[in-house]
Parts: sequence; structure tokens; C-alpha cells
Amino acid sequence: MSDFFTEAVLIATVAGGIRLAVPLLLAALGETFGQRSGVLNLGVDGIMLLGAFTGYYTVLKTGNVWYGLLAGIAIGIVLGLASSLISVTLQAEQGISGIGVYLFGLGMSDLLFQRLVGTPVPITKFPKIDIPGLSDIPWLGGMFFSHSVVVYLAFLSVPVAMFIINKTNFGMNIRAVGENPEAADSLGVSVSRVRYATVTIGGTLAGAAGAALAIDLGIFQQNLTNAQGFIAIALVYFGAWRPLGVMAGALLYGFVNSLVLQFKTLGIIPQSWSDIAAMAPAIITILALVIVARRFRAPSALTKPFTRGT
Amino acid sequence: MSRNAWIWLGVAAAALLVIIIVAVSGGDDETTETTVAAETTTTAEETTTTAGETTTTVEGETTTTAAETTTTAAAAEPIRIAIVAPSASNDLAFTQSIVDAVNVIEGEREVAEVAVTDGTFVVDDAAAAIRDYAASGFDLVIAHGSQYGGSLQEIAPDFPETTFAWGTAADTFGLSNVFAYEAASDEGGYVMGVLGAALTETGTIGIVGPVEVGDAKLYVDGYKAGAEANDSGVTVNINYTGSFSDVALASEAAQAHAAAGADIMTGTAQMVVGAVGVAADQGIPWFGTQANQTSLAPEIVVASQVYKWEIVLRQILDDMAAGTLGGSVYVIDLANEGLAIEYNDGFALSAEVKALGDQAIADIIAGAVEPTG
Amino acid sequence: MASLGSARRSSYLAYSVPVLSVLVALIIGAIMLVMLDASPAEGVKAMFDGAFGSGEALISTALKATPLLLVGVGITIAFRANVINIGGEGQMVAGGLLSTATALWLGDALPALIMVPLVLIAGIIGGAIWGSVPGALKAYYGVNEILSTIMLNIVAVQLMNFLLRGPMIDPGEIDRGTRIPQTERLPEAADLPLILGSDRLHIGPLIAILAAIAAYILLWRTPLGYRVRAVGQNPDASKYAGIPVKRTVTLALTMSGAMAGLAGAVLVFGSESHRMVTDGSTAGFTGSAGFNGIVAALFGGLHPLWTIPASFLFGGLLVGGNALQRAVQVPSALILALNGLVVIFVVSTDRYKKLLRERASAAETAAKLAEQENEDPVPAAVGAVEDGPPDRAGPASDDAGGEQGSGEQ
Repeated sequence: MSDFFTEAVLIATVAGGIRLAVPLLLAALGETFGQRSGVLNLGVDGIMLLGAFTGYYTVLKTGNVWYGLLAGIAIGIVLGLASSLISVTLQAEQGISGIGVYLFGLGMSDLLFQRLVGTPVPITKFPKIDIPGLSDIPWLGGMFFSHSVVVYLAFLSVPVAMFIINKTNFGMNIRAVGENPEAADSLGVSVSRVRYATVTIGGTLAGAAGAALAIDLGIFQQNLTNAQGFIAIALVYFGAWRPLGVMAGALLYGFVNSLVLQFKTLGIIPQSWSDIAAMAPAIITILALVIVARRFRAPSALTKPFTRGT
Repeated sequence: MSRNAWIWLGVAAAALLVIIIVAVSGGDDETTETTVAAETTTTAEETTTTAGETTTTVEGETTTTAAETTTTAAAAEPIRIAIVAPSASNDLAFTQSIVDAVNVIEGEREVAEVAVTDGTFVVDDAAAAIRDYAASGFDLVIAHGSQYGGSLQEIAPDFPETTFAWGTAADTFGLSNVFAYEAASDEGGYVMGVLGAALTETGTIGIVGPVEVGDAKLYVDGYKAGAEANDSGVTVNINYTGSFSDVALASEAAQAHAAAGADIMTGTAQMVVGAVGVAADQGIPWFGTQANQTSLAPEIVVASQVYKWEIVLRQILDDMAAGTLGGSVYVIDLANEGLAIEYNDGFALSAEVKALGDQAIADIIAGAVEPTG
Repeated sequence: MASLGSARRSSYLAYSVPVLSVLVALIIGAIMLVMLDASPAEGVKAMFDGAFGSGEALISTALKATPLLLVGVGITIAFRANVINIGGEGQMVAGGLLSTATALWLGDALPALIMVPLVLIAGIIGGAIWGSVPGALKAYYGVNEILSTIMLNIVAVQLMNFLLRGPMIDPGEIDRGTRIPQTERLPEAADLPLILGSDRLHIGPLIAILAAIAAYILLWRTPLGYRVRAVGQNPDASKYAGIPVKRTVTLALTMSGAMAGLAGAVLVFGSESHRMVTDGSTAGFTGSAGFNGIVAALFGGLHPLWTIPASFLFGGLLVGGNALQRAVQVPSALILALNGLVVIFVVSTDRYKKLLRERASAAETAAKLAEQENEDPVPAAVGAVEDGPPDRAGPASDDAGGEQGSGEQ
């Protein structure tokens, strides 16, 4: 255990937790928008996978990580629009259509990878940025201020999301549509337009999350996300549909995983326990769901398609 | 409203089609660029072209076969080989090793057809594929996954004329039409462990594994034994992430090793590509296994243990030609050159260290050293 | 009469919607085949032959359809109570594990006649437990079932890995040091009995069909079924009518899980290897039947009986997809992507099927009313409440089915 309390290991644990949290955070923030407006998009993982492949492939071809991130965002927008079409216009059962999007993304990203790339080829990664001054602080500098650039971007998007949801007209419309679409509609708010916007934001951020994951790892492989999109959806509930709560959830999830890895590396947890340890995040999430459900209320219209009354 | 929705549906279908068409056909335009872009991608290129060649040669040879059978009926018939494997056939790891081997065999012997079903991680789907290949007259059906054994045990007796090869495994269930094959991957692991212990300055080595089973466990145990045999003071940290597929977790495991002071790393299974990336970033020498991983990180890969299943396949085909359809267990190891340690020329390995590795190989072949146990 | 004709037309259209949507997905698949330099004609032929082209193919399809049907029937029950059960995967694993543990524990002591029912019941119980948790969490704590079931899927897979690599592992795997996560060959007495002289067709498909019929009877011929449907349609009204809403919701998810658990047990004892084996993922054991069963149920209009042919067709699609991969040598990822497209198209067009069906039954009611003006309209209105919108297909499809018959004379 004493091996654990060294500067290098503690810094690596915290920094690792933050890195693991980033794709979850981005995807979950996007999903928050959709759910606040009453749409559950279960296809996040599929969008992430296609975003990851597109981002990876673009970087492989151009060598420019920013083009890669933009390409991931672009495919996220397209798939976000497609998801809106499926759940808003076509009013498909949201719990199920998302599974379809997931399976499609899982298969399609792998198919494209096999066709266009074949064997994994490493790509350029995001540059690491040491924040001047702050990164020199002992311990804390290494933990928080010496990360790749997407890490900062992801965490900066939290206050942006808070501002949009809580302070803008658009945010007010999102909340109104999620709580009482009929009333919003009667006040002249276009329910479907708001939902199209939020689900597309969700797709965009999911695509960005996938691209961020692939470019941060510098590689792509079949099922790269390993179902992180589903974790992200759970984190939205965990965070009680609030960006800060979502961020807390993503960080907690990242830290638990990072801690378990570190403990296994140092032999503090025996290898045979790894399956049990891997259960911990899901069980914690279920418990958190119970607590959240007691204290907070989901948007009333969540998963309910809206048809204007006759 | 309803009509609108139908229009939307049409638009959506059209849009999706366009995306798919652009995505899939984009490949052909840009494959030429691939070769120019980076040398490493040529491997990918080659794989695709060989795949292409496979299909064409297959057809060509089938027709010649038909012609031949009419003229010389007594000549040895070209055989049909089927592979059922759990991951993608170009995974730079487990599945690719067998596909590559069959491609080698195809160049040497009269092979009429090679069929591959990859990505069958669902055991019952694999069982269905194995049964289907056997039923449609393939001479040799390779079940390339330890987890397929239970199914094979039930299927093989139904097709006494078909030869089944099962790996990696050491058990033929006493069936006369089942061969088992395995890799003594602990041998290569041992050799590279010796090299790793000679290279480390901090005295700590990090290993990233998927799950403590089969081939992965054998390799990891061998590496640890080799490292400790060379230098009993060396610390070998092992981290089984619990997943064959979680690349991000493998990458973090490598970060954890680095934080714990590891300055030499290795790992096994297809998700280690994430760990190789971390090693490359931090300039930590890496040892690969199952396939030559030099292309993943040309600066830091020291050596890779490569599987040459063609050694086993030749033995199996010889047996089949002699009328024996199964019953033996074949192993690829350093002695029969089924396992090869391929060094990366781009990594400056001192002659003394390399000599240690060569010595370890010689010792293992001579039986002077038991890699594990 | 003219309106009865239009009713018939609408209902035919309603049935054609899911079929059309699958066709569109397959056309996209054919285009993708062309892109992959494979012949779509050859592909379609391989798919059809692989799924329905021979006796062996039909057996494969029936076996593939069995877990889909069982899960689908469970989905139907939950859906009638207005609960979406995405946890079929985890419930299948739970059922598989408990039935496997039971068989390991009982050993060779019992005859097949007792053993087979016992392990199947164990599977039902395992799935029921795994389904009751999200049911109770939803009913008593208001936890969204979609989320809790997904989380329980993750817990189930880890539990499976732990048990199959630890306490339940084949001792031979430890001796050999290979440690594949699988149990030993389970007692032969627990093997699902083979039928029709086949060497692999077992009683699983029959069990699934019986389960579908039982679910139909449960939902439409018992008070419990009435309560489930009432709660699904209008929980508030049900509460005032004295129906224990919370208990009914819990029970609906429990029954749904029980069906999935049974599917898990059938997978174990009807598998080629007669043991529980995984590659470390849920799908490695279930073959994603927990998800695909949902699609089969939707395809069957969320009616237990219609889910029978729907599962068979969908099972054929999956078996045919695998055969296509073997015959044309395209990457298996294509099949996965196609599977996803089929799900998207079927779900997305579901509402149009319902709209058409509602139009059909409305037109039909109107026509009947016009014919028999003297009859008291109240019973029809009561019927309409019972078959109302949340109760998706229900008796409406029965009517339509009968109608189809009369149309053929």
C-alpha cells in the first residue's frame, strides 16, 4: 500500500482518472441536452464509434488532429440529425431505436476500418499542454494542469452547457419542452425544432467524444469505445440532468477505474478480483440512480414523443 | 403530418444511402494514397491485396482443378480449408496469425479454396459455422479459439470424413479426426523477459494483459520467469485489465506501469495497441507478441514473438495426405521455428544484450531451461 | 361495405410496413455488398438458402429464433405494462448462470425427466430475480427502467466472468492451465431432449412457442393480465380502480425477466457444447438475443402470438446473415451494421403501422355500426378502451388476422 502514496503514482492516478473521464463527460453533456428536452438517445455509443473512426481516419490521412476532431464532430452532426429524425419526426420508441443506432455504429465503424485501414496504424495524438505557472505546482500541476488539449476543452464545455441550459432563451425552451411540451407548444415554441437542436447537439458531442478518444489514444480498433456511450447515458441520470452533476459522475467513474488499475498494477488488489472490482462502477451507478430518483425528478416528458393535439 | 413523415423517411433513407456509398467507395479512391502516406500502411495495403488475390486465385484454381480431375483423377486432390476465428482477420494478433499461415500454405500446396469466418465471438455462431463448413465438404476446418472446444467435441463425431484443427489447445478429446495445436508462447516470453531484464535501468517491468487465461497467461508467465531468471532483483508488475477489447483501459494500465517506475513494457492480446501508444509517447521500450508489432511504434519496439502456424499446418496436411485425420497435438515452439523472435532493426539493441537473448533461445531449445514451471 | 374494404386495405398496409422496412434495410445491404465487390444476387441467394433453403437451414433458424421468441414474449409482457425492458441480455445471463449452477450442483443423480424441468425452472428464477430488481426500483423508487436494466447488464456480465473464471470453471481448465471461462460438460440428463430424429434440433423451439401461448392466455384471459394491461394504459385510473399498480409493474418486469432467463437456460442446455461458455462479453453468450428479441417483439406487433412468426423470420435473417458472410466472404461487421439498420427501420416505422391499424379498426367499427344501427354502441366503446393506444396491437391484430382469412375466400 505504501507504494501507492508516492508522488508519481498519485499524480498518475488522478491524471488517469481525468483522462478516462473526458470521453464520458463529452458524451454525457450532449446527452443531457437531449434528455432535458425529453429525448432519450440510446445510440450514443454508436455515434461515438463512428466519430472515433472518422476522426482517426481523417488524422491518418491529413496528419492534422484538428481536422480529425472536426470530422468526428461533422459525422456526429449527421448522425445526430438522423437520430432526431428517428425519435422526433418518426416518433420511434426511444429505448429501442437507439439500440439500432448502436449496432449500426458498431458494425459500420468496424467495416469501414477493415476496408479503409486494415491493420491498426498509429496516428498523431493531441498535443499536451502544460499550463504556464500552474503546471509547475508540485503534485497538483501534474494532476490537473498537464493534459492534452481536449481535456481542457471538455471541462470548459461544462460551464458553457450550464450557461446555455440555465441562462439562455434556448435553454428555457429546452426545459419547457422537456417538462411540458403541450404548454410550450401553446406558447409558440416549436417542440420538434427544439428537440432536433438538442439531439443534434448530443450527436455532435458524442462524435467529438469518439474522435477525442481515438485521437487521444492514437489508434482505432473494432469497438474502441467498449460501451462507454451507455455509461455516459447513465451518468446523465447520475448527475440528475445537471452539467455539474454529470461532470462529477464522469470524474467519479474515471477515478474509480483509474484507482482499480493502479491497485492491480501495484499488486494491492489480487488479479482474480478484477471482475468483482469491475462491477463496482455499475453498482455505484444503480445506487446513485435510486438516490437521484428520490431527490430529483426526471424531465416529465422524457421518452415521450410529442404529437400536437388535434 | 403523415405524408410529411413519409417524405422525411424517404429523405432519411436517401441521405443514409449517400453516406454509406461515399464512405464505402471512398476507400478505392484513396488506397493509392495510403502507400504514399506512410510506409507502415503498406502492410495494410498488402493485406488487402492478398485478400483480393485469394479470391481471384481461388476461382482460377478451382477451374484448373476441374480440368485436372478429368485428366488425372488419381493425383492428390487440392484441399479446401476453412477458418473460424473470434476476432477480425487483420487484428495484428491472434486471428491474423492463423490467416497469414493459411495464406503461406496456399502458396505451397494444392489448395482449392480458403474460406474465413472471422469475428465469431459468439460461441454458438462459431459452432454453426464449423458445422456448416464441415457439412459443405471442406477437408480441413480450423476452429481457431480455445472457447470453441466444447462445441467441436460434439460436432466432430458427426463428420468423420472431415479433419478439424482446434487451437490453441492441447486436447483432441480422443477423437480420431481432431488435431489440436498450441503455441509455447512462454518460450518467446521467457527470451524477451531475459532481454527486458537486461535493458531495464529502474529495475521495474510492466506487463499489460487482458484476462488471466490461455495463451495470454502463458506468455505473461514466461516473460516474468525470464526476467527474474536474468536478474532476481527485478520487479515485474502485471496488470490484467479484465478486457480483450478495452483499448483505453490498456492505455491507462500502461500509464500506471510508467508511474510505478516501469521502463520496459510488454503486453498481449489485441487491446494492447493502446498501451503501445503510451510506451511510444514516453520512449519506453516495448516487446510484442502474437504478431510483429513494429509497425505500431517503430522507435520503441525491441522485438516481437511471431507465431508461424504454417509449421503446424504442414504437419497436419502431411498427416491428412497419409490418411490420418487427427489425433495428434502439435506445438509451435522455438525449436521447430514455429515461434520466431523478430527483432526491430530500428531499435538499437546492443550486441551483448542480443547475445543474452540468443543464449536463452539456445538454452530453451537444448532443454536446459524450462520457461515456466 | 366500401369502408370495410378500406379498413382491410389499411390493415394490409399495416402489416406490410415492417416487412417493407426490412426490405429497405436489405436493399441498403445489397448496395453495400456491391461496394464490397460481392454479388448481391449471390448474397441474397446465400442468405435465403442459409436460412430457409434446407431442412438443416430451417433447424438453424428455429434454434436461432428460440431465444429471440422467449425474450420477445417477455418484452411483450413488460410493454403491456408500459415498461421497456432493455435488460434482456443481463436476465439471460442470470438465467443461464442459475440453471448452470443448478445442473452442476445436482450432478448426474437425477433422470432427465426431472432434471430438464428443474434446470429450466432455475433459469426462469434467475431471470426473474434479475428482472424484479429494476421492476421494484421503478415501482417503488421511480428509477427509470431503461437505465437500471442497462446497468444490471453490466453487473451480470462481470458476475458471469467472475463465476465462470472462478467457482464454476471447468476443473480441467485449471489442470491444463488454459483457464478458458467455461464450465465442464454439464450432466447429460440436463441436455434438452432432441426431437424429430435430428442431431441438434431440441425441444427449445417448442418450449418457446408454448411460452408465447401461455403469455397470450396470461395477458388476455386472466385477471392478472387484465391488471397488467390496465396499468400500462392508465396507471392513475388503475389505482382508483383498486389495482396495486406498484406490485403489478414489478411483477410485469419480473415475468419479462423470467422469460429472458428461460432463454438463457435454453441457450446453455441446448448449445452444441452443452456448457456455459463466454468470451468475456455478454454477447459472447447471448448472441445479442436480449436486444434482438426486442426487435422480434416489435416486428410481431408486441403480441405474443405474432411474435412467433416474427421471431422465426428475424432468426432467419440472422442465420442468413451468417451464411452470407461465409458464402460471399464479406466482413462480419457488415452483418452487424445491417442488423442495426433493420432495428432502426422497424422501430422508426412502427408508428405508421399503428396509425394504419387504428385507421383500420376505426373504419371497421364505423362500417359495423352502419350495418347494425340498432345495436347498442356502448360495448364497442368499451372494447375500444381496452384496445386503446398504449395497448399497441392487442386484439386489433386478432381481428385483422381473422379478416385476412375472410378476404381469401
